[in-house]
Amino acid sequence: MANSEIDRLMQLLARVPGLGPRSARRAVLHLMKRRDQLMLPLAQAMQAAAESIRICSQCGNLDTQDPCAICRDAERDTAAVCVVEDVGDLWALERTSAFRGRYHVLGGTLSALDGRGPEQLNIDKLIDRVREQEVSEVILALSATVDGQTTAHYIGERLADLGVKVTRLAHGVPVGGELDYLDDGTLTAALRARRPA
Amino acid sequence: MIEWQDDGIVLSSTPHGEDATVVHLLTREHGHHAGLVRGGQSRRAQGTYQPGNLVQASWRARLADHLGQYSCEVVETPIARLMDRPDRLVALSAMAAVAQHALPEREAHPAAFEGTQALLAALEGEHWAEAYVHWEMFLLGELGFALDLSCCAGGGNDRLAYVSPRTGRAVSLSAGEPYRNKLLALPGFLVGYGGGGTGEVAQGLRLTGFFLGRHIFHPADRDLPAARHRLAERFERALGEGSGSKAGSDGETDSVDRPAGMD
Repeated sequence: MANSEIDRLMQLLARVPGLGPRSARRAVLHLMKRRDQLMLPLAQAMQAAAESIRICSQCGNLDTQDPCAICRDAERDTAAVCVVEDVGDLWALERTSAFRGRYHVLGGTLSALDGRGPEQLNIDKLIDRVREQEVSEVILALSATVDGQTTAHYIGERLADLGVKVTRLAHGVPVGGELDYLDDGTLTAALRARRPA
Repeated sequence: MIEWQDDGIVLSSTPHGEDATVVHLLTREHGHHAGLVRGGQSRRAQGTYQPGNLVQASWRARLADHLGQYSCEVVETPIARLMDRPDRLVALSAMAAVAQHALPEREAHPAAFEGTQALLAALEGEHWAEAYVHWEMFLLGELGFALDLSCCAGGGNDRLAYVSPRTGRAVSLSAGEPYRNKLLALPGFLVGYGGGGTGEVAQGLRLTGFFLGRHIFHPADRDLPAARHRLAERFERALGEGSGSKAGSDGETDSVDRPAGMD
């Protein structure tokens, strides 16, 4: 590529998840064609976001303010804290509008292979929150994987002496799922977690 | 193009690039073998490549020494049955991590596959923890570092109660008594007496952990995997809560039953 600025832009865009070198080229071409309508506003938005985004000191969420909008929202139930692995999981739960409590982002799960132990996760902060704030329920919304469930059990044990109710998300048949197409593990988990109809 | 099909047990799955994963399997005929799974980070594939899953694997590569590509179909998913059982889940993680780091890649160990499959089945049973210790003993033997628990190295005729950390041979109660502080406690269930239980399992994990570290992990400049440490810690903690003291230091078979906390 003749132009180093364009080349650099393509290289950077190619690092974004979902984009490879070819799609980065297409995106750059599209941006250059819509310089005023898209490229400059996008650059300004990215600049503004990069300068203002910070990690919430209470829950670990990403926001432009600290504490984040969720932690500052007085309408939310302060007694329920939902523990998630990542900010992406928090956003997924927020999209459902089914939970009106607060969150706590762990920053990952315990991993035997990656050597990620409890000290690398935001667990001590969660214990402090439960101790210091009036939390009555901690919901463990972690993945149904070996690492996710090992982390959930670990946190459950750490919270056991604090007199707080610890619950976790159910595992089983997804909405719209047909039994015939479900894998054995999901069906087994669903059967084990059955409840009165 | 080189291609083979085999049964495999998933040991780990590590993200690679944007959508692929590098999956390590313990296969029946081809031993510990890694391969790339395209689309391995997708939601559908993540369930397939959970540690402990039994899969029907198909591997192909242009040359034999290439990483190659896996495509797998799940046959059995033990995690679904162990999800509510924290101790067994930690044992499953420990098993996968120990096997991955201990077994050399691309070296056939059919017995290791059979043994690991047996352990996965035993994790649902009552004596899962004793089965885990037996599995680590078996793994040491499979890798050429078997402990000799057939008779007393010091010529004693009474009950075998210790293991020499130097030779890995058993020592009887009377012959080992003067050196008890230097010897490792031998849990009774490994030599056909003693009913197992938390104390004996803790002793067993100390014993196998010592030799795994010495022969396999430390020479490779590694510590035992974190999950293996967590498993041992759980038994030590349960033992402390159950008896008020640490077991194993005196070499006596501990009679503490598994506390209610251990699932």
